[in-house]
Amino acid sequence: MSNLLEVHKVVKKYGDYVALNEVSLNVPKGSIYGLLGPNGAGKTSLIRIINQITLPDSGEIILDGEKLQQKHVQTIGYLPEERGLYTSMKVGEQCLYLAQMKGLSKAEAKVQLEYWFDRLGIQGWWNKKIQELSKGMAQKIQFVVCVLHKPKLLIFDEPFSGFDPVNANVIKDEILALKEQGATIIFSTHRMESVEELCDHIALIHKSNKLIEGKLSDVKRQFRTNSFEVGILTSNVEGLMYDITQKFTVAPANFKSLNDDLKLDIQIGNSTPNELLNILTQRGQVTHFVEKIPSVNDIFIQTVTG
Amino acid sequence: MSIISLIIKREFIAKVRNKSFVVMTFLSPLLFVAIAGFIGYLSSMKAETKKIAIRDETGLFANDFVKQNKKDAAFKYLNLSEIDTQALKDSITNESFEGLIIIPKTNNLKDLESKIEFISNNSPSISFIEKTQYLIAQKITKINLEAAKLDTLAIEKAQSSVNIHLVKASGEESLKGLNEIKIGIGGAFGYLIMMFIIIYGNMVMRSVIEEKTNRIIEIIISSVKPFQLMIGKIVGTSLAGLLQFTIWAIIGLGLMFAASTFFGVNVGPTARISPELMQSAQHEMSGTAQMYISELWNLPIASILFGFVVYFIGGYFLYSSFYAAIGAAVDNQTDSQQFLLPIIMPLILSVYIGFFTVVNDPHGTIAVVFSMIPLTSPIVMLMRLPFGVPWWQIAISVSLLFATFFLVVWFAAKIYRIGILMYGKKPTWKELYRWLKY
Repeated sequence: MSNLLEVHKVVKKYGDYVALNEVSLNVPKGSIYGLLGPNGAGKTSLIRIINQITLPDSGEIILDGEKLQQKHVQTIGYLPEERGLYTSMKVGEQCLYLAQMKGLSKAEAKVQLEYWFDRLGIQGWWNKKIQELSKGMAQKIQFVVCVLHKPKLLIFDEPFSGFDPVNANVIKDEILALKEQGATIIFSTHRMESVEELCDHIALIHKSNKLIEGKLSDVKRQFRTNSFEVGILTSNVEGLMYDITQKFTVAPANFKSLNDDLKLDIQIGNSTPNELLNILTQRGQVTHFVEKIPSVNDIFIQTVTG
Repeated sequence: MSIISLIIKREFIAKVRNKSFVVMTFLSPLLFVAIAGFIGYLSSMKAETKKIAIRDETGLFANDFVKQNKKDAAFKYLNLSEIDTQALKDSITNESFEGLIIIPKTNNLKDLESKIEFISNNSPSISFIEKTQYLIAQKITKINLEAAKLDTLAIEKAQSSVNIHLVKASGEESLKGLNEIKIGIGGAFGYLIMMFIIIYGNMVMRSVIEEKTNRIIEIIISSVKPFQLMIGKIVGTSLAGLLQFTIWAIIGLGLMFAASTFFGVNVGPTARISPELMQSAQHEMSGTAQMYISELWNLPIASILFGFVVYFIGGYFLYSSFYAAIGAAVDNQTDSQQFLLPIIMPLILSVYIGFFTVVNDPHGTIAVVFSMIPLTSPIVMLMRLPFGVPWWQIAISVSLLFATFFLVVWFAAKIYRIGILMYGKKPTWKELYRWLKY
């Protein structure tokens, strides 16, 4: 799979402050790429550089095999975290204007707008002014503006903020549909559950440096601790504990269970899960046996605080 | 359609559709007419005649004052020399008279010069005092001349009044009053430019701030270059301004036409009453008027109009770039004050230089220097143009203006680029300087 976007050793300084320190990224074509990092890590700086809002001090960016240049603004759709539209302009006019700025002809823009307004169920809004709309409604308009010109690369910065659960779901489905149609999506958010749900690749930026990048499953494998959550019904707790502490590190665990069982967190190290299972089955009834897969949240916190 | 023209179109439509624009465009001519009418009405009202009592113990001056009653409706002088001073003073406090001139009896007229009193409740106007002093001094002079046995008639004849004709080296005769016309034309154009810069420069700034506070700027800037947006904004706003001025000009011409037809009807019957009188007056008038008109045509009209267009564009664009940069640097209009002052100063300065220095000496050092400095040249040079300016000065001034314009646009675009993405804090001058280096 080739990369749609490649960022090579990009450096951005504001005075003495280094916002991005030789950051390199590879965003595969057709992926949903989670760009993660704590506040002030440099995500917005990077996104602005990709959007050519600001220029990097050094490094280069390759989009679809070409060096990034002005014409590429037409192939990128950007939904900034700080949302905003002209409040006194009518919805239709505003969308037409912004679409034309992205290189669409007026007629094309109209067709696309009608399609999207229809799809999101907002046909009646054409002549409304933005100031008459609620925040969530304005967000929808902004989403439409962002995807209207069928960009190859979509950059969503906190796309779900301001949406109620129903509309957030609508937007999520639209994002997945866009991916199906072949768009590549960079997705920056602090909501780890939506990263878990949507992203197939992630990168983590912390203090101006990229710390992690890769396929989500690879990253998780990299962060696996080889520990298992175990639930067991046994009459001889001491015997069991003696057996397993001989070989493994054990800690009490906490998970939901319908049984009144003993809950343990067992790190197996280099042993196989079967070795652990053998010991367990000899001592009692196993009710729960799950590998602890690190969540994106865990990885995030571990990397940032570690 | 190119992106800049798209932006220009949007800015233009956004400005023109704005309610305050519509109101301003159609209301201000009305307001102007109303104010002019009100002033006209006030000045046409006859001022109340003020009664002035005169107690002239010498008996020399009272008649001269009373004679004034025919000429001057503003004051009515009453010779009340027989009445007791105290009674007259009381009547002043009762406000039967506006004031009382007391001319005491003195041993000689020399002493009298500093003994005359004017008593009133309210302090009199300077012109009234000067007129009274003049009348008395005139009379004393006349008496002195007669006492010296000098022939007053001969002296009157000997007095001369000089009327200098102004002639240009090229040979045409010109009129003294023409300088005022020149100042009027130059001043009007200069003032127009200043007003335009302040009103529409501010509009550019507001529009930049609006995009910042709306947070739409990031979307726009991800599609177009900040420079394109800035230029589009400046041009779009100026087109809206030009439209407004054009509408005002059309309304103004319409009103003038209406006024002239209205008064034309009024003049008709008067002309029938005394045709000869009218004709002679017209003859006399038309001589001067014709000269004015021919002189007007002799003004460097082409260079004035050319200058107006060039300086208008150059000056407006120069200042608008400043305004745009300021708008980008701040978050709201109140924060803009500290940056606006250095911009307004040269504008005001140039109007003052125009009205004081250029009027006195259109080709003096100060006038020449300030018509070269780009920040003041659009106004000062325009005021000088009607007086005739050597072409090389215009060339230097215009090239300096446009060179500075490009420099400022370059700097402003840099500040603009950084500033529009900075939220939440008011930058200092030092920070602005640092932005230039990003």
